[in-house]
Amino acid sequence: MTDEAFVKDKDIVVPGDKIASGMGFLPGKGTYRSDSDIFAERVGLVHIDGNVIKLVPLSGAYMPKVNDRVIGKIIDVLMSGWRIDFGSPYSAVLSMKEATSEFIPKGADLTRYFAIDDFIVCKIINVTSQRLVDVSMMGPGLRKLKGGRFVNVNTNKVPRIIGKEGSMVSMIKQATGCNIIIGQNGMVWIDGEPENEVIAVEAIKLVEAEAHKSGLTDRVSKFLEEKTGKKVEAVQNFKKR
Amino acid sequence: MAIKRIDGRKANEMRPITAKVGVIPRADGSAMFKIGNTQAIAAVYGPRDLHPKFLQNPDKGILRCNYSMMPFSGHGDRVRPGGNRRSKEISMLISKALLPVLNLEDFPNAVVDVFIDLPETDAGTRCAGICAASMALADAGLLMKDLVSAMSMGFLDNEILVDINSNEDCDLGATDIPLAYIPSMDKISLLQLDGGVSKENLMKILEIGKQKCLEIDKIQRKALREKFKE
Repeated sequence: MTDEAFVKDKDIVVPGDKIASGMGFLPGKGTYRSDSDIFAERVGLVHIDGNVIKLVPLSGAYMPKVNDRVIGKIIDVLMSGWRIDFGSPYSAVLSMKEATSEFIPKGADLTRYFAIDDFIVCKIINVTSQRLVDVSMMGPGLRKLKGGRFVNVNTNKVPRIIGKEGSMVSMIKQATGCNIIIGQNGMVWIDGEPENEVIAVEAIKLVEAEAHKSGLTDRVSKFLEEKTGKKVEAVQNFKKR
Repeated sequence: MAIKRIDGRKANEMRPITAKVGVIPRADGSAMFKIGNTQAIAAVYGPRDLHPKFLQNPDKGILRCNYSMMPFSGHGDRVRPGGNRRSKEISMLISKALLPVLNLEDFPNAVVDVFIDLPETDAGTRCAGICAASMALADAGLLMKDLVSAMSMGFLDNEILVDINSNEDCDLGATDIPLAYIPSMDKISLLQLDGGVSKENLMKILEIGKQKCLEIDKIQRKALREKFKE
């Protein structure tokens, strides 16, 4: 039997679309095999990698993954920790042990460390099969967020907002002078001068809206130049902090 | 013998269809499906936390559908808002029509809520609801094997009718046969029959219904692609 692909790389497919036929192809993420045909299991962009067919999702909720850095909100104080909502179908638990290097005495009032409605940057350290999530605050850059503003973006567009080696976000940071933290869950924290914060929010919304188009960096730098009236240069060889 | 239908359609002609995805910005997924004067708007929220807790299923997520006709939607009296016996039954069978394609194993203890509202109704509402809901679920990025399309078939005066309207259904008393179809599996996930029809005719109706569902399937796919192309 001959192997044949019915779609091109980067085509948009919807559930039930026949992507390829033949046992030479392997179904990857977001696809399934029925007899010898491979079908799409969700809305996504086709990515043909050798003989493996994968789908890059275009929509959907954030699913917690170990080692992801996310921004979350404290929604409850528990017996020995905090419950965190991070815009996913499931909530996470931050245990006392993972919250701070300080010594927390027995029976202490936990709201002294994190109160309800506080926002934190944390790292996912464990996800169980029943989607019980543990997060940690132990690590560089993991902290409570004070001031600034939040904007929610589609979690599937986060890689575009960060850009190659962080180029896109560093450009927005440089142009607006804002401090920006992006959580893998699509929550973005922006802190700076109020006017500049607004520009940064608009720039991020622009990236989100046009994430699938090419030449995005140029358009964003042009947008930032117009808004800030300063020359914006694309950030090269940005090293991760 | 060609039957003359009240709106001038041929016996095997559907009413004009419009489908649009992403009509409700704050929902996780949404879609509108309009067939003639019947319009369904579906909004998907979730997967999200499920309460009350006793409804949770630790093996996989559950699907909750909510069908509701808007007060001003009907042809005659005002429809009382909120649920009634009929809407509860239709909600249940819409979820049963959609469940065979959905894969909710990644979402234990969670729920996917689908709210189907009908601003305009002229028969065939459950079918329009299923069409809208399946597009909305795909828009929400859920894993599903295929889209579900549905069509209400009719049988009147020994003639098979496609997509009957309220006039044919309620006033002329046509046999009403709604069916939902999953193309890639070649399976029917909803089949009801209100009235009388012979076995031979029913088999014919199923064949025609499947063909019409395939036409709707194409429209649904096109609408979904359009949203993501932009």
